[in-house]
Amino acid sequence: MREIEVDIVENSVAVLCIESNTVLGADIENRLGLMRDLEAAERPRAILDELLENAAIARAKGLPICQDTGMAVVYMQIGQDVHFRGGLVEEAINRGVSRGYREGYLRASVVSDPLLRINTGDNTPAVILWDIVPGDHVDITVAPKGFGSENMSSLTMLTPSQGVEGVREAILSTVRRAGPNPCPPVILGIGIGGTMDMAARIAKLALLRPVGEKSPVGHIAVLEDELLEEINKMDIGPAGLGGKTTALAVHINTYPTHIAGLPVAVNMSCHATRHAHIRL
Amino acid sequence: MSQDTVSRKIISLPITRQEARELRAGDLLFLRGTIYTARDAAHKRMTEAIEKEEPLPFSLENSSVYYAGPCPARPGFVIGSAGPTTSYRMDAYAPKLISLGQTVMLGKGLRSPLVIDAMKEYGAVYLGATGGAGALLSQRITACEVIAYPDLGAEAVRKLELFDFPAVVLIDSLGTSLYDR
Repeated sequence: MREIEVDIVENSVAVLCIESNTVLGADIENRLGLMRDLEAAERPRAILDELLENAAIARAKGLPICQDTGMAVVYMQIGQDVHFRGGLVEEAINRGVSRGYREGYLRASVVSDPLLRINTGDNTPAVILWDIVPGDHVDITVAPKGFGSENMSSLTMLTPSQGVEGVREAILSTVRRAGPNPCPPVILGIGIGGTMDMAARIAKLALLRPVGEKSPVGHIAVLEDELLEEINKMDIGPAGLGGKTTALAVHINTYPTHIAGLPVAVNMSCHATRHAHIRL
Repeated sequence: MSQDTVSRKIISLPITRQEARELRAGDLLFLRGTIYTARDAAHKRMTEAIEKEEPLPFSLENSSVYYAGPCPARPGFVIGSAGPTTSYRMDAYAPKLISLGQTVMLGKGLRSPLVIDAMKEYGAVYLGATGGAGALLSQRITACEVIAYPDLGAEAVRKLELFDFPAVVLIDSLGTSLYDR
């Protein structure tokens, strides 16, 4: 049994909120640069240059990459030999979000009730995803999620007979329908299988995978490649103004599902697919 | 800077309906002058104010609106990151504001046929700035002041001054859209 003070969780979350919002991942920055060089036309090249320059300014000046600093998704992987001390860990996470967003001059974008819509002022509460894992570590990942892209996400409850073709069409039609709205180039987090909520959960977690890393499952990795190629033929392009760079990556997670079902969740994310991690 | 390497037309805001009608989809612009931020909640309030014949945060005649909710300014900065938000969420409100004199909307993404019809009828233009470039765009904002609805936080109405703010005409007053290919 290892004891961890919840104050350490609070401090870690605060730091990760600021880091994730101001520093674009090297994997994404590299992919933007690679795609920029593949674009033949002036407009998509200029827009990808703008995004690269934006990332450089954000890093140098400590500014958020995007003004939509998101709803704070906090993914907690807690070793089952860990005991938290000094208060409730959920409250510590939310104190960390509150401090990180205030101290980092990040935008407060959360309303307390979805219908009454009163801004909570400090971006709390977070959306917290919990997993109990082996060992005595705690892995904390903060992944602020912007809603320009979140709003373009989809969930489709397919039936088994629709198979991989149905899955493909559910994904491609989501990208087509979104068009310029989610700030392409996008990153797609896709969940196939499980229940309705599980499909959405693993889609969200697929966004945490580094760009360039493929699914460890052979046929799923092939599907990721095929979908990426097909999406980048759609000519939606950077900012939706045409070009070869509609998506930077397609990440698929799968889970066993029911004999009657084939859920497909597509979590749309923009190039600012932000995540920062610490292991305690 | 990349957006400075191409030739752009300098537009001094505000502009009239006639001036809005002269812009064409695809025109690359540098915006200067005054624009007001308003997004979901501010549009709802303004529309309710119009219905109740209450005063508005700014005069709509020849007005320019930027669909944006900026980050708070760090000490020593005018404003935090301040890129465009997705415009279609304001589609329910835009035709009314256009009918009352708004000539410029600045945002990103698709618009509804009703908004485009109003743009054609009254003479208004829909401009785009690059989504996801909020840090870069914030460098082209020289003044920022909250003028209404401060309780809305990021969604409060702000009066901004722009200088060489890079934008493109996405949809013009003829209804021609840069998104149509």
